[in-house]
Amino acid sequence: MDKILKAHGSGGKYTHDLIKNLFVKHFCNDPLSELQDSAILNFSGNKFAFTTDSHVIRPLFFPGGDIGKLAVCGTVNDLAVCGAKPLWLSCGMIIEEGFEIANLEKIVISMQKAAEESGVIIVTGDTKVVESGSADGLYINTSGVGVIPDNVELSLKNVQPGDSIIISGNIGEHASAIISAREEFNIETELESDCASLNSLTELLIKKIDTIRIMRDPTRGGLATTLNEFVENQKFGIRVFEENIPIRNEVIGLCEPLGFDPLYLANEGKLLCIVGQDDANKVLQILRSFSIGKNACIIGEVIDNPNGRVLLKTRIGSDRVLDMLTGEMLPRIC
Amino acid sequence: MCLAIPMKIIKIEDNLATAEISGAKYKANIDLVPDVKIGEYIIVHAGFAIEKLDEESAMETLRIWQDVADFHDNREKR
Amino acid sequence: MTIEKSDSMNYIEEYRDSKITRAILQEIFRHNKFINTNYMEICGGHTVAIFKHGLRDTLPANIKLLSGPGCPVCVTDISFIDEAIELAKKKNVIIATFGDMLRVPGSYSSLMKEKSTGADIRICYSAMDSLKIAENNPDKEVVFIGVGFETTAPAIGVTIKTAKQKRLQNFSVLSSHKTMPNAIRALLDADEVAINGFICPGHVSAITGTTMYDFVAKEYNIPCVISGFEPSDILETILMLMKQTNTGEAKVENQYTRGVKKEGNLKALEILNDVFVPIDIKWRGIGLIPSSGLGISRRYSEFDTRKKIKIDLPLPKEISGCICGEIMRGVKTPKDCTLFAKVCNPENPQGACMVSAEGSCGTYYRYMPDMKK
Repeated sequence: MDKILKAHGSGGKYTHDLIKNLFVKHFCNDPLSELQDSAILNFSGNKFAFTTDSHVIRPLFFPGGDIGKLAVCGTVNDLAVCGAKPLWLSCGMIIEEGFEIANLEKIVISMQKAAEESGVIIVTGDTKVVESGSADGLYINTSGVGVIPDNVELSLKNVQPGDSIIISGNIGEHASAIISAREEFNIETELESDCASLNSLTELLIKKIDTIRIMRDPTRGGLATTLNEFVENQKFGIRVFEENIPIRNEVIGLCEPLGFDPLYLANEGKLLCIVGQDDANKVLQILRSFSIGKNACIIGEVIDNPNGRVLLKTRIGSDRVLDMLTGEMLPRIC
Repeated sequence: MCLAIPMKIIKIEDNLATAEISGAKYKANIDLVPDVKIGEYIIVHAGFAIEKLDEESAMETLRIWQDVADFHDNREKR
Repeated sequence: MTIEKSDSMNYIEEYRDSKITRAILQEIFRHNKFINTNYMEICGGHTVAIFKHGLRDTLPANIKLLSGPGCPVCVTDISFIDEAIELAKKKNVIIATFGDMLRVPGSYSSLMKEKSTGADIRICYSAMDSLKIAENNPDKEVVFIGVGFETTAPAIGVTIKTAKQKRLQNFSVLSSHKTMPNAIRALLDADEVAINGFICPGHVSAITGTTMYDFVAKEYNIPCVISGFEPSDILETILMLMKQTNTGEAKVENQYTRGVKKEGNLKALEILNDVFVPIDIKWRGIGLIPSSGLGISRRYSEFDTRKKIKIDLPLPKEISGCICGEIMRGVKTPKDCTLFAKVCNPENPQGACMVSAEGSCGTYYRYMPDMKK
């Protein structure tokens, strides 16, 4: 592979290989090589989480959100799933010449609203304007810093066979909303992006449950890819039950004709966690007490054999491999 | 070799139908199935309806197997 | 309990219901005579459904399912991909294609690689979208990459007819459309693998009707059942094939009655015969098969890319060691390939079988637990 392809940004295997073989190789340091959603940093006796995320999306406004809300929630979530309380965000904007200021203001107001709801403040920023035609309207980068409570130690090392896999709600709705908002697909649905901050959920979980092993937000590459990230190079595997995975009918209806699989569709406001089996129902109760967690479900379990793999128990009752997303998802005819 | 999905017609404008599957609405060309009506199901492949779905036959298949399933269930219960 | 029609039905989910699939499986086991049997699913869509729903593991051990040559991407000859790539390199050309073709490797490149270096390649969900592209770009030639079997070709036919009505001067189709019957015959005449029954493609048959398999039953004495694509459809088809095997019969049956009429779709066939003519065409892995392709008929030759644009092809270079051909003929499985999962994977596909969503290798790679790592 000698050129960057769109698939390198799809969050699947291409992205993973690029990160491993280029960035980690050259930047080479301990916090980075953990490859968590945030870097975990120790500084004068405190533990911090630090993360960054660039947001590139078309259209900029979509049902359920816009690029601004996405930029805040995405970074808040990367901090939150590492067990941190998100505190401060930065905002870097790359704006195409000719962009409507009224639209920019709408986006900025939306960022502020999302920040308030998440309990963070946007404390620094940067603006660059590029020539017309060299950016898709607007790109936003946000970085964030959060503080991790002393007793919190989330790690795949703590995962044990028998642990439960829990998702906080219906999957695939962000990608579905984007697909329906894009003209070229010619599809209409009433689906809205699930774009939301998860820190209220994660903070309560960490406070109340001792056996939270690990948390992630399955964004690009979808549920299937995040599950595979859990098991990669680990001594355990995961089995999920097709029947238990919450998916709205509309998402299935949107996926079938395009040949898409909802398990690979991006989410922007879902929490995926591994918890001790005995706490699973308590975790469900907590998640379901939030409106964005009302459809939370136990979708699977940690298994010791086979390790390093995600299996899907189909409705017919047989196991098959559930792999990472490979390449970019394209609509297909066969 | 050919991904095609049943959808219910909810609107027809000239040779373009709006067809729905589980709440997702698609546009489908109906030149290949000229006599379809609103409320009928079409099988859509790559943006074209390739055939009308025969609902009666579809239900029949389901009913037969439902009966077999019930028969097996009852036998297991006995 | 009987099923009643309701608004929540979508004629998909109902056929995935585990209660129904379990019932059919019980019948399969009840009718099993423990004869070693090979059934071939011709259609790649069936291959995917079989793996995605995990059907193979649920069947009796004596029933083996083989994957056949029915993936339009996989059977596309490498020289056709090269042709599309050469066109993509031309400055005044916009390529319009189904997403499926993007990652298929040609001799030296792929459409996706060309796209990353600036070629104007647009992905279409419907062939009609390519007409819009042509209308919006009057100073460019828009070339639609025409692949697919009888299911897809009538839609391309409608698109070409519409282009004619609109008098579009800058639209053409690079056709590599193929038809099933002679390919099945070639497969059977090669006689490389014992096939005891065919799971016949439902959506091809929706267009062609059921009679096109008559020769398979009559001349080759092999049972044929036209099948739908949901788990209960495929299982019921296997049950129907088993019953024929058990009685020694060989006839053409139709499981997919909700989608396939005996006479097929007459309107679609009319358009097919108007816009296309049968031509000899090369199938990847099988070779040249007489009258198994569809060329654009003289009446519509102004929409035939090959008549409009001169294409200089590089010498085709097949990947050495790739056994896609044998896999497509059902002679070998991906397990027999030395490249599989080692140098050939979905990120770096060596053959079309790995890149296509419904290619045997790609399907094995994605869904088979014991095939890699």
